[in-house]
Amino acid sequence: MDFRISAEQELVQKMVKDFAQREVAPTIKEWDRKQEMKPEILPRMAELGILGVCIPVRYGGQGMDYLTLGLVCEELEAVDTTLRVIMSVHTGLCSLGIFQWGSEDQKQNFLTPLASGAKYGAFGLTEPGVGSDVANLTASAKLDGDEYILNGEKTWISLATKAHTVLWFARTSESAKHPHAGICAFILDIDRDGVTTGDLHGKLGVRAGSTGWINCQDVRIPVGNRLGEEGEGFKIAMSCLDNGRYTVASGATGLIRACLDASVAYAKERQAFGKAIASFQLVQQKIARMAKDYEASRLLYMQSGWLKNQGIRNTRETSIAKWFATDASFEHASEAIQVHGAYGFSDEYDVERYMRNARGAMIYEGSSEIQTLIQAGYALGLREDASLRRELPAYDAEYWLAEK
Amino acid sequence: MNIVVCVKQTPDTAATISIEEGKATWGDAPLVLNPWDEYAVEQAILTREELGGKVTALSLGPEEAREALKLALAMGCDEAILINDPLFESADTLIVSRALAAGIMKLGEVELVFFGRASVDSDSGVLGSQTARRLGWPSISWAAAISHHEGAIEVERMIDEGRQVVRSSLPAVISVVKEINEPRYPSFMGIRKASKAEIPTWSAESIGIDGSLSPAVTWPEMFAPQVKSAECEFIAGQSAQEIAEGLADRLIAEKVI
Repeated sequence: MDFRISAEQELVQKMVKDFAQREVAPTIKEWDRKQEMKPEILPRMAELGILGVCIPVRYGGQGMDYLTLGLVCEELEAVDTTLRVIMSVHTGLCSLGIFQWGSEDQKQNFLTPLASGAKYGAFGLTEPGVGSDVANLTASAKLDGDEYILNGEKTWISLATKAHTVLWFARTSESAKHPHAGICAFILDIDRDGVTTGDLHGKLGVRAGSTGWINCQDVRIPVGNRLGEEGEGFKIAMSCLDNGRYTVASGATGLIRACLDASVAYAKERQAFGKAIASFQLVQQKIARMAKDYEASRLLYMQSGWLKNQGIRNTRETSIAKWFATDASFEHASEAIQVHGAYGFSDEYDVERYMRNARGAMIYEGSSEIQTLIQAGYALGLREDASLRRELPAYDAEYWLAEK
Repeated sequence: MNIVVCVKQTPDTAATISIEEGKATWGDAPLVLNPWDEYAVEQAILTREELGGKVTALSLGPEEAREALKLALAMGCDEAILINDPLFESADTLIVSRALAAGIMKLGEVELVFFGRASVDSDSGVLGSQTARRLGWPSISWAAAISHHEGAIEVERMIDEGRQVVRSSLPAVISVVKEINEPRYPSFMGIRKASKAEIPTWSAESIGIDGSLSPAVTWPEMFAPQVKSAECEFIAGQSAQEIAEGLADRLIAEKVI
């Protein structure tokens, strides 16, 4: 078993780390307070090629493997969660969804501009009244000749007001035997007549990110924009989440690392009772637990990345990685505040932002409770993965790097 | 134009340096491309982009220094060469400059050589000038801006007294300061190229250096400078005016102002 990362992956890590630390870290507090995304971030990530990191070169991407996507997310969230959220929705959920399920035409038309960063992607699954209960979503799609008519509203959508292309999930059939069998996935261009979007503010965390809502009012899209077959939408959504959760897991790992680094630095510097607080066992315990969970989280997401590279289904492993890392990141962000004492409670230090940012990941892309049920299902033999009509392709360097 | 950029692998600036058994150590802190050299690499690439030609990154160091060369390639250098030989193990800057000059001569038809202003570990800052002397070429240090003219360059130097503009014929050796540019990140295309690149190793013999080399500069003793302790004094007062007056009195008493 080889745990080393390649020279190529190390260079990508360095590039992404330098970008986040030089161009985002110095002003992140300001944008977090403003509750706005710094306008330069998305175009810069596009320009650097980060948005298409694991998409084949022939589709406008950079041809790296799935593990590199995880490493990138770890580096981004070590600076701010909002950067990793971009990767989750644009790359993990939207681009990889089209890569896995799209026809060749759809890949050429929709994936290529996303992977090259010419366009941004989002993922429209959650609704005002439907979160974990995806199968009962209410957005509708009605076939009318060679077009579908979309109606409904999606909320808590990252990049809602920035994206050009949204994977949109809607119900095409009310009469399907099971509610999930009536769902269909669509590639929705946001500039179609009848689409409106808006931002949401007042969030606890990811304040320097873009979160909003998208509404469709009698929006007509061609049949050619349907992703997969009719009734396949639920499976598509779940398979997209296998990739989205992977980015959340690897990002949360970076957040634990940031908590660890901040706590170590502060504990060595801060004096109490005549010595550095790093010499006190109760502080050491917190730091030791951060180090332990950082390693465990990293190994878990690297396992998922490896499985993806092999083309092996990883729903169970990715769910554990996401569940473990996000719960741990919140716990350790809270403990990092404790290490920093009153200073940790103010935004003079980064750790309070880490805690606010960590909290959301226990809710989105499958709450910790949903991950618990998934794991119980596997352990008790109540759940098993049915094979999909289209699996995420195994990484093949030759194919990924070839121009055509 | 054939351009060479000389680079060094150094410990990360965040590393904690300590002295163990008379030698400086940075534990297992990561090794990086000397941060000052990133500006030199960037300037070399910018020059190629403006005038065409080829950029070769050249480093004298151990096998691990390949990683620094890979970063230079990922940023956009065309080729990289490592000079590595047991003969250079305890080399001082006079020996390193001799080896680098020999390497540059071996490459042939080089018109411009870039250095960072110093390396963050030894911080001597003389290698550029020494290499220029070995080559018999003009040396221009502390370059903050460069413009190219037919067969010559005009360089704005950032010196203590202000800015100085000098002109030089080519070939020349230039060491740059960080004000000259903003180093680019490695591109994905560069990263892919760098990971596949073959970096040749040149031995001392292959660049015409043989026999034993005795450094002119040795390090008989090394010690960490004593940490200066600073005392913090708060000047209290009822109003901003009173605090400011108190501060001014203290500064005058300490002969600071």
